[in-house]
Amino acid sequence: MPSGWSLIRLGTVLVYLFMFAPVAVVILLAFNASQFGAFPMEGLSLRWFAALWENDAIVRAFETSLLLGLLTAVISTTLGVLASLAMVRYDFPGKNLIAAALIAPILVPEVVLAVALLLFLGAIGVPKSFPLLLAGHVIFTLPFVILVVQARLVGVKREYEEAAMSLGAGPVETFFQITLPLILPAVLAGALFAFTISFDDITGTLFWKPGGVETVPTQIFAMLRNSISPEINALGAVMIVITVAVPLLGAALARWLSARGRTG
Amino acid sequence: MASLDPKDNPSRPWTLLSPALTAILLLLVIPVCFIAVYSFWLRTATGADVAGFHLDNWAEVLTDSFYRDILLFTLWIAFATTVICALVGYVPAYFIATTQYRHKAFLLLLLMLPFWISYIIRTMSWINILGVSGVVNVALQWVGLTGEPLQMLYNQWTVIVGLVHFLLPFMILNLYVSLYGIDRNLVDAARSLGCTGWQAFREVTLPLSLPGLAAGSLLCFVLAAGTYITPLVLGGPTDAMFANLVFDAIITQLNWPLGSALSLVLLILLGGLVILYNRFVGMSQIAKSFG
Repeated sequence: MPSGWSLIRLGTVLVYLFMFAPVAVVILLAFNASQFGAFPMEGLSLRWFAALWENDAIVRAFETSLLLGLLTAVISTTLGVLASLAMVRYDFPGKNLIAAALIAPILVPEVVLAVALLLFLGAIGVPKSFPLLLAGHVIFTLPFVILVVQARLVGVKREYEEAAMSLGAGPVETFFQITLPLILPAVLAGALFAFTISFDDITGTLFWKPGGVETVPTQIFAMLRNSISPEINALGAVMIVITVAVPLLGAALARWLSARGRTG
Repeated sequence: MASLDPKDNPSRPWTLLSPALTAILLLLVIPVCFIAVYSFWLRTATGADVAGFHLDNWAEVLTDSFYRDILLFTLWIAFATTVICALVGYVPAYFIATTQYRHKAFLLLLLMLPFWISYIIRTMSWINILGVSGVVNVALQWVGLTGEPLQMLYNQWTVIVGLVHFLLPFMILNLYVSLYGIDRNLVDAARSLGCTGWQAFREVTLPLSLPGLAAGSLLCFVLAAGTYITPLVLGGPTDAMFANLVFDAIITQLNWPLGSALSLVLLILLGGLVILYNRFVGMSQIAKSFG
């Protein structure tokens, strides 16, 4: 069935083109020398990247997004690793219900989560603020961390931990000496996942952010209200490079760590 | 001696779980219960809330044709997006799962890439493609097929294109996980018993890939139906979806009880779908894509 197979191959190429062509066009137009963020292009230029750097609103948005993403990753990963240990290493009554509760934040539509959190925390005296944003980002990144860490932890034999304990290590010492090094790639992957989801989030963020505070996505959204300028394409290109390069670096780091673990 | 045996320390799993469970209880469960109660309150013209058990918000949400039409429009968009994702996504999922191509891992990695690329950027990138001075119009004019640029943006179809672009990787990944798990010998057996390639696909491969198709479809539908940004960026003025209504009620009109009732409608509809799915397929299928 060679013709059928070549049709499938052609279809695959077309789908990949559909997924990546628009992104490639954003990067291409970021280098457009023209005043307008569109075709035809009038030569290549870095002026829009320079303009980004001089735009205070964008620089501030970057700082906010980075801080929010880092804090979210740290908190979410800590909570997620502890919960994953309990779910994989122990049996206890009501485990199925707990498992459902732990992934519930992805099952609830983000708008609903955003409204519920905004109104409830508002009612108990937490206004729209950075802590509210952080709380929101932690809750909807937590399930992703748990899913990633659990998947890895299942593959780590508990005999290693039991051996450490039988040699006199306490549970905390066992965790840091044995378990954590073994699941480190997954922990890093979970943290990266949490960071990028937070860095990229817009729907919840629009509900929770106080007036005057923008993250990079909400800043882009606000700029889109006017028209699509070359500056937005440049900002888009920077975002693409960050959100793609960070996970690739992370994957390289994880590979290096596990390679070192094997030889050392 | 320290031990992993749960009988020795029955409280340890709860100690480990307590931070995550506290967060979920405080930031999700209680807030959702809170808006459930709040949806029965009233917002008066002066902006004060009247506590109590009033059915007014619910009556308005459930009977007003304005809300009903937008709800139906939202479900239509989500349905069309899901069907297109399934049809378009099956081809590359099948290709990656069955190919002997040596850069298969690279193809899979590429598939993960869009997850990392900003949603707002991917959505707005379509303006560069379909806009008045976008790639398609410039190309059409250059070839001479049209003198005037075509107005292709800002309608429900561009909303669907944007959503398919956003959700396709979810579908392909779930289909791939399912297709990859199929024992190739089953297809070979069907072929040796006289099936044509197409028959073998229809009788063996397709039915065995249904769990992945179901998981991908659930994700696509739920995420599409809850979308807020895509209709604002790529839709026209009449293409508001349900989440836009919620945002308007809460942030613009500050009618929080009404906004609560609207969000609960979305939660009940989409939550019902998730529960049905869980009953017939099971959540573990979705968790497989993370392995």
